[in-house]
Amino acid sequence: MTKYVSLEQGELSFEDSQLPESRAWAPALVDEKPEGWNRPALIAPSGDGELLEVAMGPHHPSTHGVFRMDVALDGERVIRLKPVFGYLHRNHEKIAEGQSYLASMPFTDRLDYICPITNNWAYALAVEKLVGQEVPERAEYLRVILGELTRFQNHASSIGFLIQEMGASGTPLMYAFREREKILDLFEELTGARMMVNYMRFGGCRVDASAGWLERTRKVVAGLGGFVDEFERLLATNEILMARTQGVGVLRADLAVNAGVTGPMLRASGVNYDIRKVDGYGIYNRFNFRVPLGDHGDVYDRFMIRLLEMRESVGILEQALRDIPVGPVMSATAKIRGFRPKAGESYGRIEAPKGELGFYLISDGGPNPYRYRVRPPSLINLTILEDMCLGHDVADVVLIFGSVDIVLGEVDR
Amino acid sequence: MLGEGIAKGLAETAKNFFGSYVSAERMTTVEYPEQRIAPFEAARVFPFLVYDGADWEAGLRCVACQICEKECPPKCIFIVKSTEKKPDFVGKPQFYPARFDIDISVCMSCQICVEVCPFEAIKMNTEFELATVDRFGGLLLDRKQLAKSNEYYRQIHPTEAAAVDARLATEKAKADAKAKAAAEAAAAKAAAVAGEGA
Repeated sequence: MTKYVSLEQGELSFEDSQLPESRAWAPALVDEKPEGWNRPALIAPSGDGELLEVAMGPHHPSTHGVFRMDVALDGERVIRLKPVFGYLHRNHEKIAEGQSYLASMPFTDRLDYICPITNNWAYALAVEKLVGQEVPERAEYLRVILGELTRFQNHASSIGFLIQEMGASGTPLMYAFREREKILDLFEELTGARMMVNYMRFGGCRVDASAGWLERTRKVVAGLGGFVDEFERLLATNEILMARTQGVGVLRADLAVNAGVTGPMLRASGVNYDIRKVDGYGIYNRFNFRVPLGDHGDVYDRFMIRLLEMRESVGILEQALRDIPVGPVMSATAKIRGFRPKAGESYGRIEAPKGELGFYLISDGGPNPYRYRVRPPSLINLTILEDMCLGHDVADVVLIFGSVDIVLGEVDR
Repeated sequence: MLGEGIAKGLAETAKNFFGSYVSAERMTTVEYPEQRIAPFEAARVFPFLVYDGADWEAGLRCVACQICEKECPPKCIFIVKSTEKKPDFVGKPQFYPARFDIDISVCMSCQICVEVCPFEAIKMNTEFELATVDRFGGLLLDRKQLAKSNEYYRQIHPTEAAAVDARLATEKAKADAKAKAAAEAAAAKAAAVAGEGA
């Protein structure tokens, strides 16, 4: 049973949201499994035949890009799974160390290319911490608006892809992309590009939003709530979906914490950790929103958490669009040319749609960073793929992998 | 009840299916290239060089300061500075780019060159149908191909161009006033010298 938790409001009952009560379709719950059931030593081959090694990827339709899983199978059962990364390695960190701070900003768009705005934000936050730069009020609101729109479209399309991998070829994905298109149009109108936005700057945002843009955003946001309801009616109680996802790919809370998993995946395992609440970076402490938590940590909970987070995002968007003040979007003290931070280090992190996205910077006082490190949520969430997949069928591996919600641009950098 | 969730979902898809016959908003695709969506004013594809007046070579605003070349993240700009100077729009002698190439197969349309340019000389184009069969020479644009008139800039980015024009006009007025004051002072000085001589 998925439940809502809010740090301000205490625990909330789940009655007001029409979500399925029944988990009758779940093959087994995690509590009923013996201790250590998902450790490799206990998943022994049955001994009645040879193991089959299959390389799923790098050109497999389920791999969301160029990613390979070397799977050892005993019949249909997964005995071992080895993720192989690096096919899309582009040397992002070393390139960033060789050029100015500003010149890395467009490259961050290309990390998680589904949500470039949040990448921009995390990087801008790290550099702003490094130099102690203030950000004007209106820019903070614009960041929240764009960040939550990004979260919404990321969750919508990641659910769409997950269902597509389940065999629902197209319908939910196309519905998600229909909404995503509206949001990308808003991005393009404001920033000039649909995906490679290059929008944030150290000390604000590059361009101001016009009154007309805010009005159109309000109109789009007014329609998003209806879309979440539609998505929920379409999917949440679908018996086939429940049969395929409940009890599949269970990630226990203690393992998730030890593996450093963050984002919707961690919250689906029942750990209340949302950096928007924990850090309150930007102006997130001004908004009233709840953090949905899962109980079982299976694929269904991850799907449901994303659906519920979309609804919370709509709430934040409504508040931000209501309260946005007028004023400058760039701090008067911000510098574009000749930007040289003092020697020091900083770590800026945000709750990106996929988890904790952090940028760690060391400055030696020069025009380019001495060390530039990205903490990518996609990569770290993917490292425990084997623990979730062991003992499941091949078809479930595709689902479990889809529920992690990764983008290879960020995994390999 | 078994099958209730599936029925609910099917009702939703039916609503969408029939909705597409009655609501124009639900028809989200256009038949490119016969139908086109007008680009947004802020849209950006690849950079171009702005020139004033009728002659592209004489009117280029670029003074070959090479800031964009240094700041370009993927390093797709190549500039050769001229050896002699020529007057710019305020009449101040400036260098000009003897060669200015942009390799648009490398360019990533980030518009950092536009932001760092102190002379409003480089701006973003909105033309996107640039496919060519020559992947090397065809995608390396030289300064003649890059040069676009200020009228063209006004046409594709009206609001932005108006702000730029206003800023340049004040700069020119300031420069003119300064030149005039300097000329007057020189004339007064010359007159004084002449007076002394008399």
